[in-house]
Amino acid sequence: MASALINVPARAKRGEIIEIKTLISHVMETGFRRTQLGAVIPRDIIRRFVCTYNGTEVFRAELHPAIAANPFIVFSTVAVESGTLVFSWTGDHGFSATETAAISVD
Amino acid sequence: MERRTSRRDFLKTAGGIAAGLGLGAVITVEPARATPAEMAEAIRKVVGSARVTPGKVTLDLPPLIENGNAVPLTVTVESPMTEAQHVRAVHVFTEKNPQPNVVSFHLGPRAGRARVATRIRLADSQNVVAICELSDGSLWSDTAGIVVTLAACLEDGI
Repeated sequence: MASALINVPARAKRGEIIEIKTLISHVMETGFRRTQLGAVIPRDIIRRFVCTYNGTEVFRAELHPAIAANPFIVFSTVAVESGTLVFSWTGDHGFSATETAAISVD
Repeated sequence: MERRTSRRDFLKTAGGIAAGLGLGAVITVEPARATPAEMAEAIRKVVGSARVTPGKVTLDLPPLIENGNAVPLTVTVESPMTEAQHVRAVHVFTEKNPQPNVVSFHLGPRAGRARVATRIRLADSQNVVAICELSDGSLWSDTAGIVVTLAACLEDGI
């Protein structure tokens, strides 16, 4: 299981723009590298990252091999209501990881 | 009388060998690389045939980076991010990576602010292009040049 780091403020004012930082451990093997014997190392990357806020998608990213290992993504969203943010990453070879973060809005 | 190699013959042979070596070097060193034309084609595939105008987008890249394996990249778009007027997507492309596509971010009015950041890989010193798609369908771009000292993708595999 991949380990992910999520940075979301625990509390926010209604209507405030919050910055979210996410980092997940993943090799992001490009599929362009070769071993010393010349065999191509098969591609193994995260293809998709989605963030939902109480079930509504607020941010989505499609990643390609040019994203550095351990993908780090920063984006923002408006704090509209208390609830949970769900982050999910999916990729090659059935890779899938999900993390959640709670936010209380006053 | 013993025939000695003339200066002309010597130069011809030496030149031929040098050219052969040069050609060999080009073939073995040159890895699979995208070209600016391929980047333009990739851009067309993602955003369609609409006109892309420079402006509104700011692509933040360091001008020089030592390690091309993790280059910080920030894209900011001037937009009020309201329901009526917002950024729909931000796409990033490179000129000389093996594959021109880098990343596509899909945002909406719920983002609040049109600013996204990540870390990318760069295989060479080159231009990076960010294109944003606004809710009215218009396309805006920004280009940044970067010098890479240690290219990504060159290190030995496992």
